[in-house]
Amino acid sequence: MEKAVIFAGFGGQGILLAGKILARAGMNRGLEVTWLPSYGPEMRGGTANCTVVVADSPIGSPVVDNPEALVAMNAPSLDKFEARVAEDGIVVVNSSLIKRPLKRQDVRSILVPVNDIAMELGNPRVINMVALGALVRALGVVSLEDVQAAMEEELRGKGRDKLIALNREALRRGFSEAEKYVTGDA
Amino acid sequence: MSRVLMRGNEAIAEAAIRSGLKCYFCYPITPQGELVEYMAKELPKRGGVFLQAESEVAAINMVYGAAAAGVRTMTSSSSPGISLKQEGISYIAMARLPCVIVNMMRGGPGLGNIAPAQGDYFQATKGGGHGDYHLIVLAPSTVPEAAELVRLAFELSDKYRVPAMILADGMIGQMMEPVELPEPVDPKDIPERPWAVTGAKGRPRNVISSFDLEPEGLREMNLVLQDTYREIERSEVRWEEVETEDAEILLVAYGTMGRIAKTVVRLAREEGLKTGLLRPITLWPFPYEPIRKLAERVKTVLTVELSAGQMWEDVRLAVEGRAETPFYGELGGVVPSPKRILEEVRKYVG
Repeated sequence: MEKAVIFAGFGGQGILLAGKILARAGMNRGLEVTWLPSYGPEMRGGTANCTVVVADSPIGSPVVDNPEALVAMNAPSLDKFEARVAEDGIVVVNSSLIKRPLKRQDVRSILVPVNDIAMELGNPRVINMVALGALVRALGVVSLEDVQAAMEEELRGKGRDKLIALNREALRRGFSEAEKYVTGDA
Repeated sequence: MSRVLMRGNEAIAEAAIRSGLKCYFCYPITPQGELVEYMAKELPKRGGVFLQAESEVAAINMVYGAAAAGVRTMTSSSSPGISLKQEGISYIAMARLPCVIVNMMRGGPGLGNIAPAQGDYFQATKGGGHGDYHLIVLAPSTVPEAAELVRLAFELSDKYRVPAMILADGMIGQMMEPVELPEPVDPKDIPERPWAVTGAKGRPRNVISSFDLEPEGLREMNLVLQDTYREIERSEVRWEEVETEDAEILLVAYGTMGRIAKTVVRLAREEGLKTGLLRPITLWPFPYEPIRKLAERVKTVLTVELSAGQMWEDVRLAVEGRAETPFYGELGGVVPSPKRILEEVRKYVG
């Protein structure tokens, strides 16, 4: 098993952290992982992306041609990466900001109104966790509990402890939002 | 032992501290900023000295001083900063002092950019500064291997009194992977330094110098270096082979390109293309002999680098016409995907 995910969005949407939490969840499961950020001279509001590979054997290239999944947090990210998603892959679409349908017919789209859900939860900054929850449900490599625990490890003791409960809930909301798109035992 | 999710830059810093690093001198530059940050935060707490110098030239000369005083010492930078350090590195090499230098290569020449590149191969492996000298050059291809090679760099540098370089690139510096960190070294296991300048009370004074005005004397100093280099060439060549047994085409790639090439081998094999990989781990001493042996059996030796063809020269010296030796490289910080390299492989086999 080897699965790659590209997380992409605006700088400030928490893209790099979402990818890191997935990588940590995979590592805690005993899997091999790589987390490769785009580290160009970007500014807030610019684009950001990272590639996470999770595998049960040593990982060769952390650079991936055709990821099994894409998390597109905004329209430019979908435009940039949609064509590269592997056949039968997954695209988590932030439907709060992306209004166009996918061009691809051979991938599964998971439409999640990420910003709207975050607003309902009372904090727009948890959009990354809502999207990650949805991805985790669709990808099926790690569980909701795995990713919640990895998120807690990331936030604990860094002055962000009070945000843990909110982020747990954001992950859960994203996870259940993807439920209706998933068939079989993902 | 538990695994920690770390960036390459952080893993290198932590591995260095666990290897008994006492003095670290730096001047900041991307893409190795996290290494500097980690050292600033951790090294003073753990009994070492962190000092951000006024320039790269100052930093490498502080390394020269600390090494002469007999402690494990290190500096790190990225391509343009490493260029600035070359004069000091040449002095350290001639003075026969152990130290570790980390180069997280970025796009060049000139100011270039901060993306991953391998354009400093010549500089690292052929001397870099003035005079006849070599560094021991270790090229990690993953974050855990980077941590492992830092320990080895200190050990080899101490053993031979030759400065060692970790030659990596921005991708290895920036990416995260699970790492099993080396156990902290027992100070008793760090070799004694009877040559160090530690105060001459009760013994004849030690002199650390890279200088002799008399040609005969300087010639002797050079011969000592050359003897040491021959011994290192005999004893310390390291490399990894992947699926070379029945290969018709051999890829040669190091560092970031070495790991990408592993995926290329897998993809090529899925298409029935008998492809293998030789990944040099020591770039100096270079694995001439293992490449020469494989060149007897394969039709093609394809070198793949993030440069215009630098290691390619050493590969051709190893192959010496026994096989065809094409090259594929990318420039300016562009990193080719496995499929792009697979297209190159298809040109020569199948």
